[in-house]
Amino acid sequence: MAVNIAKEKWTSKVSEMVIGTEPNAVKVGGEATLPFLHFEGEIPNRPAMALEVNDMEPTDWPETVTKPFKGVLSDPVAWAKKNVEYGADLIALNLVSADPENKDASGEECAETAKAVAEAVDVPLIILGCGVEEKDSEIIPAVGEALSGQNHLLGLATENNYKRLAATAMVHGHNVIASSPLDINLAKQLNILITEMNLGADKIAIDPLVGALGYGLEYAYSIMERSRLGALMGDKMLSQPIISFVGPEAWKAKESKSPIDENPAWGELEKRAILWEVSTAVAFAQGGSSLFVLRHPESVKQLKTHFEKLMVSNKY
Amino acid sequence: MILIGERINGMFNDIKEAIKNKDPEPIKQHAIKQEESGAGYLDVNTGPTVDKENQPAVMEWLIQVAQEVSKLPCCIDTTNLNAIEAGLKVHKGKALINSTTADQAKMDIFLPLAAKYEAGIIGLTMNERGVPKTSADRIALAMELVVNCDMQGIPTDDLFLDPLILPCNVAQEHAPEVLETLQQIKTLSDPAPKSTIGLSNVSQSCVNRNLINRTYLIMAIASGLDSAIVDVYDSSLVEEVAATKILKNEDIYCDSFVKTYIQS
Repeated sequence: MAVNIAKEKWTSKVSEMVIGTEPNAVKVGGEATLPFLHFEGEIPNRPAMALEVNDMEPTDWPETVTKPFKGVLSDPVAWAKKNVEYGADLIALNLVSADPENKDASGEECAETAKAVAEAVDVPLIILGCGVEEKDSEIIPAVGEALSGQNHLLGLATENNYKRLAATAMVHGHNVIASSPLDINLAKQLNILITEMNLGADKIAIDPLVGALGYGLEYAYSIMERSRLGALMGDKMLSQPIISFVGPEAWKAKESKSPIDENPAWGELEKRAILWEVSTAVAFAQGGSSLFVLRHPESVKQLKTHFEKLMVSNKY
Repeated sequence: MILIGERINGMFNDIKEAIKNKDPEPIKQHAIKQEESGAGYLDVNTGPTVDKENQPAVMEWLIQVAQEVSKLPCCIDTTNLNAIEAGLKVHKGKALINSTTADQAKMDIFLPLAAKYEAGIIGLTMNERGVPKTSADRIALAMELVVNCDMQGIPTDDLFLDPLILPCNVAQEHAPEVLETLQQIKTLSDPAPKSTIGLSNVSQSCVNRNLINRTYLIMAIASGLDSAIVDVYDSSLVEEVAATKILKNEDIYCDSFVKTYIQS
């Protein structure tokens, strides 16, 4: 008697987001099943990886992760080019200089930096403000306008500042990151609010706010899993691809900073620190995240190998 | 929970007139308005005044007019075989045939049609001897329908079993039997058949009809009901269904949960 293999039949799928413009566009999402279950549905795109660039030399990055960028850390354009050499699919540009506690840079200054970076590299950009909601709602519109029509990914749109960011994305043809603090109900509501401004549901990426391995990873993981299940069951307001800011979290962890003589049992620092970033991303890829913001070039290399293996079809 | 909008039915005067005068506007208006109100299917019924010979042409026309302005699939509501097939031929998407009984002769005619057009079909748990009184007898007929669908190659989850709710002022004892049947339907097969009811029937000739309809609908949903033919213009009813989606953990909560349910 023939064995009938039970496969889950999903009614819907994750929306596919296009970042950038052809021929250099990056596509993320579009999955019609749970992560990497090729035998149940289509997984059209490999998870994409961005390497970070700050528009000011970072002061709180551990040496392990500044070393590969020696000589370019105070030059965002050179840094971005370096990231492309290192194999990044996208550049995540952090406009930290806009922070009133840093240089309080204006929208025009930020736009200039973003423009210079965009012109220097072929890959699309993820353009992030300084994290001060009020300030970001000033600078991101200026940046979005300067890069009009280039279809980058802008962030972070929160419950408090989404209106200006979503309007910029609409008028100037970009995508937007909807960010909510580890709360699936708020994530859904924010997507609704943004789409009510008439930005397409396929122009939004969800940032659920992630924590690194050992620092609350499992909370973000379960939100990703739940929203992916919602997407597959037809919930259009949770069907957006998920972005994970792994780099900033993983390199804050004690395990990425503590030298070997402090904790001999933890093993060699550099290897351990990179592994911390890689393992965090691997877990979130299994949770359903399809876009990763990373810091170390070696992490990109290792994850690319890993994701490419996961993309080999296991259809039967 | 799928709401099947009941409004495109020749028993309503505006639709009766529209059919008589070949005026597509009222049909279009109800198609659009029901979709906007939360319907997932449009029930389409020529009503009692159209002759048997004219029913296929009228059904075809009603479906075409409705689908011209709405993306919703239709629930083809007639016992006239030719009218069903005429409707299926022009229907876009996955239609739902309303309905067959568990009469062997009826099943032998209607089920092959559902199979041929890959349509869903509503199966009434009654036969030539009428509507059974108990849940056990309803379930026995439900099983007949499941087996016959299986024999015809119709996926079990394309079968919508209707345990037939009767007006509570004349057949009060049927209401709990139907709830019991709804629960048991889910145990008949894996995947389980779906269920549906013609909700308004429960309050036929009663006072406080909307109250009775809404209350019974919530009770039925709690018992596993998958769909119902309802008046989607009763916005309280639709809102309550949206709340059941949250409370059954089927939709993820968000502050706009009513709106997202209506739009989904």
